[in-house]
Amino acid sequence: MTNTPSSSAMSGTLATPAAGGFSRLFGLRKSPTRPPEDTAAKRVQFNSPLLPYLFLAPQMAIIFIFFYWPSVQAIHSSFYLEDPFGFGSTFVGFANYTDVLKSGEYLSIARFTAVFTALVTFFSLAIGLLLAVTADGVIKGNATYKTLLIWVYAIAPPVAGLMGMMMFDQHIGPLVKFAAFFGWDIKVGLYYTDTALAMIVVSVWKQIPYNFIFFLSGLQGIPVSVREAALMDCRSGIRRFWTVTLPLLAPTAFFLLIINTTYALFDTFGVIDVMVKDKAANNPITLVYKVYMDGFRGNDLGGSSAQSVILMVIVFVLTIFQFRFIERRVHYS
Amino acid sequence: MHRTRLFDHVILLFGVFIMVGPLLVALMTSSHEAADIHRNGLSLLPGGHFVDTYETVLTKEGGFTGRITGLRMMMNSLILGIGFAAGKIILSMLAAYALVYFRFRFATITFWMIFTTLLLPLEVRILPSYEVMNTLNLTNTYTGLIVPLLASATGTFYFRQFFKSIPDELLEAARIDGAGPFRFFIDVIVPLSKTMMAAIFIIMFVYGWNQYLWPTLMTTDESFFTLVRGIKQILLVWVGSNIPDYNQAFALAILAMLPPVMIVMIFQRWFIKGLTESDK
Amino acid sequence: MAAINITNVSKIYAGGVEAVKSVSIDIADGEFIVLVGPSGCGKSTLLRMVAGLEAISKGTVEIGDRVINDVEPAERDIAMVFQNYALYPHMTVYNNLAYGLKNRGTPKAEIDARVAEAARMLEIEQYLTRKPRALSGGQRQRVAMGRAIVRKPAAFLFDEPLSNLDAKLRVTMRGEIKQLQKRLGTTSLYVTHDQLEAMTLADRLVVLNGGQIEQIGRPLDVYHKPASTFVASFIGSPAMNLLRATRDGTRLHFGSQVLETGRLTALPTELTVGFRAEDLRVARTSEQSLAMKVDYVEELGAQRLVHGSVDGKTLTAALSPEIELADTIALTIAPLRLHFFDTTTGKRLTQALDGLGGRREVASALETAVG
Repeated sequence: MTNTPSSSAMSGTLATPAAGGFSRLFGLRKSPTRPPEDTAAKRVQFNSPLLPYLFLAPQMAIIFIFFYWPSVQAIHSSFYLEDPFGFGSTFVGFANYTDVLKSGEYLSIARFTAVFTALVTFFSLAIGLLLAVTADGVIKGNATYKTLLIWVYAIAPPVAGLMGMMMFDQHIGPLVKFAAFFGWDIKVGLYYTDTALAMIVVSVWKQIPYNFIFFLSGLQGIPVSVREAALMDCRSGIRRFWTVTLPLLAPTAFFLLIINTTYALFDTFGVIDVMVKDKAANNPITLVYKVYMDGFRGNDLGGSSAQSVILMVIVFVLTIFQFRFIERRVHYS
Repeated sequence: MHRTRLFDHVILLFGVFIMVGPLLVALMTSSHEAADIHRNGLSLLPGGHFVDTYETVLTKEGGFTGRITGLRMMMNSLILGIGFAAGKIILSMLAAYALVYFRFRFATITFWMIFTTLLLPLEVRILPSYEVMNTLNLTNTYTGLIVPLLASATGTFYFRQFFKSIPDELLEAARIDGAGPFRFFIDVIVPLSKTMMAAIFIIMFVYGWNQYLWPTLMTTDESFFTLVRGIKQILLVWVGSNIPDYNQAFALAILAMLPPVMIVMIFQRWFIKGLTESDK
Repeated sequence: MAAINITNVSKIYAGGVEAVKSVSIDIADGEFIVLVGPSGCGKSTLLRMVAGLEAISKGTVEIGDRVINDVEPAERDIAMVFQNYALYPHMTVYNNLAYGLKNRGTPKAEIDARVAEAARMLEIEQYLTRKPRALSGGQRQRVAMGRAIVRKPAAFLFDEPLSNLDAKLRVTMRGEIKQLQKRLGTTSLYVTHDQLEAMTLADRLVVLNGGQIEQIGRPLDVYHKPASTFVASFIGSPAMNLLRATRDGTRLHFGSQVLETGRLTALPTELTVGFRAEDLRVARTSEQSLAMKVDYVEELGAQRLVHGSVDGKTLTAALSPEIELADTIALTIAPLRLHFFDTTTGKRLTQALDGLGGRREVASALETAVG
């Protein structure tokens, strides 16, 4: 990526993703003299009775069949109890929900999910930020570090899980040997906390590059002039970071917070699945994995659907939180 | 302006060690014999069995039914990755074009219907989605593998964002130049979007290649397994035995990560651009 | 080549905002009209309605003898030069010029000839195979002009085409646009917020404010006889000095200071008096004068702009650099160089001439000589 000072300064956008792509490409800018227009649409549009629907048709068809239909199904079947022999189903109201929410197992899984999500989000953000700030500060080898640090992004979660299993393997795992050196006998898959630790380590490892990329491009989006002004106003590098750099990175950090939470909740499925190998018994699992276990292994359609709907609500709340509360407190330039 | 400090390099080198170390170990270890690994643990040096390990993994028929080769899984992964990326680009460009460049009655509601798909990831509706696929007889087909994954609007938003950043005057100039909707799309929008298409292709290819949950549900017939889908089987079958075939497990992991990692490496610029500017 | 007749055109947005209010302009064939006004005055909207990029809410626009209200932009026989040039970034200069012709099905040989001709005229022949990205701002501007020229349209529409250029290049391109338009004789409608650009380019200029026409006229007419305080302060740099005054017979009171004009009987007693900075001169000791307290001075070389105040109201005088400055200087103005405006409406008070004691002919002759 070309991040010459002039191009990033010219685009004038601070780390807001999706901003100014075109202008950066072609050096065209909207005139500052014109009042800001409605950003939702072009000033001029085509008028055609049928064409837009034609262009939208494939996307809409797929969304209807593979998104809305199953989503409605999920909500529907969460209110029914499926006959175990496949002979129809009976309406049970909120029974599935109360069953789920009363179950101690479900609640302990929910608790683990919360802890897991918090830890994965925190550590992957913190390490990603540390690496990005450091990489942004060095000139020599900047590009090489960048290239080496983003590799892992391209690795699928289950493959990352497999790598983790090897690192934590009883016979050959270097991390197990390392821990044994301190008298800690790690047994992933056997001890609850050890498995949880391995899951968190692998999930964090997998997500670091993503946060690194975004933080780095956020940092490089801070105009050189602002950095130079800060350099003159503030001697202490650490203070500069807290008072200037970090506030300007806030939009990026906020965006990443949401993405990482979603990642920890959902995308870690592959990591967990590979690590617990279907033997969920004494192992920590997350809510999504529980939905999968109940639906596909346990054949509890109603319960699994109710759990799905609960997850939907969580995602919805997260999204609303994203739009309503946090966004206001963040400095968008 | 910057004084490069030694400490910075220490941090970065440690970061590189953590991120790249395991991959290097996997690559090196995969070139040793299983018994050797079992005895001596992981290795940082290449062994002498690189070619035969990979040959075995790619051509030996394995799995539960003993009928699937690594090569076949690789091809399935490619089909999924490319099919998904191409489908995503075509669908989302068309939809975004309609949303940005046309004035029509149901534009707002259409927008919200597409937007909603961003709120609920596939993982929260796996079971009903699976039921729908069953109803439509799409399990164990490439269509069933690829098309439902397209039901999220990430790409549409990406292109919508991009189209909105194209100066309005370009459309105005084109209209004065006598270009209609189709001609404007083909003569101006598509060529202008080339970089974006490349960037999104890379992201989506990696995303498609790395799919795990959906292929796990959709494919029970091993001839449709992708490499990533087969990972758990690898663990169960190979590592479950007496002297685990660590080398083969590592080799398959390397194969499963090689194409996406290579693509990210080679097209790093486009990849980062696509990632950071797509708002996801 | 065609005349453009804009008749009672209004633009009303969905929210009820009226951006253009019943504007009528008749543009003769080959005439260069400049629409000028501050941002938000409706000038761009008006131009875009003529271009067909914006629907016309009320009224009609005719190009030639054809009402084009409902005609597609491409069918209006116009060409437009945009502020950011709107060149197709992925096409070569040649293709940028040729695109509109190709879409019209113009034969290849004809396209080649026209592009070559336009390129020669604009001296961009050596750039025809380049992409816009590889061109400088001025060259892009020329390509944008070329795209308009190859079409041989009935009218050119310019939407602030020079705003993105640096000051020096703007002056050069301004001259070139003017020459080119004279050579081609194509009717042109040009939008700018820069009054200097408007003055130098226009055959006639249209001053817009709040969606309405304040004044239409030849540049010097507008300069010397601004129809309102708005025009007076918008056209000309520095802006015309405008001071509230009370008339007492033939004398004007600016607060505590008094200026004797000789004859002013037919004017209201409360009025706004305007005068250009360059019409102020240092008074001889015997003359009646306004005492200006000097705040600061801008040296322009040929003259100097002296900023100060008369009875607390700010004022600018353009004086010769030879004049020695003190903290306070005595200034006076020839009565004929005074402009009078209604204090409430801001409109020019033409009765001022009637007030000049039956010597109306002399007065208008003088005004014409000045104009």
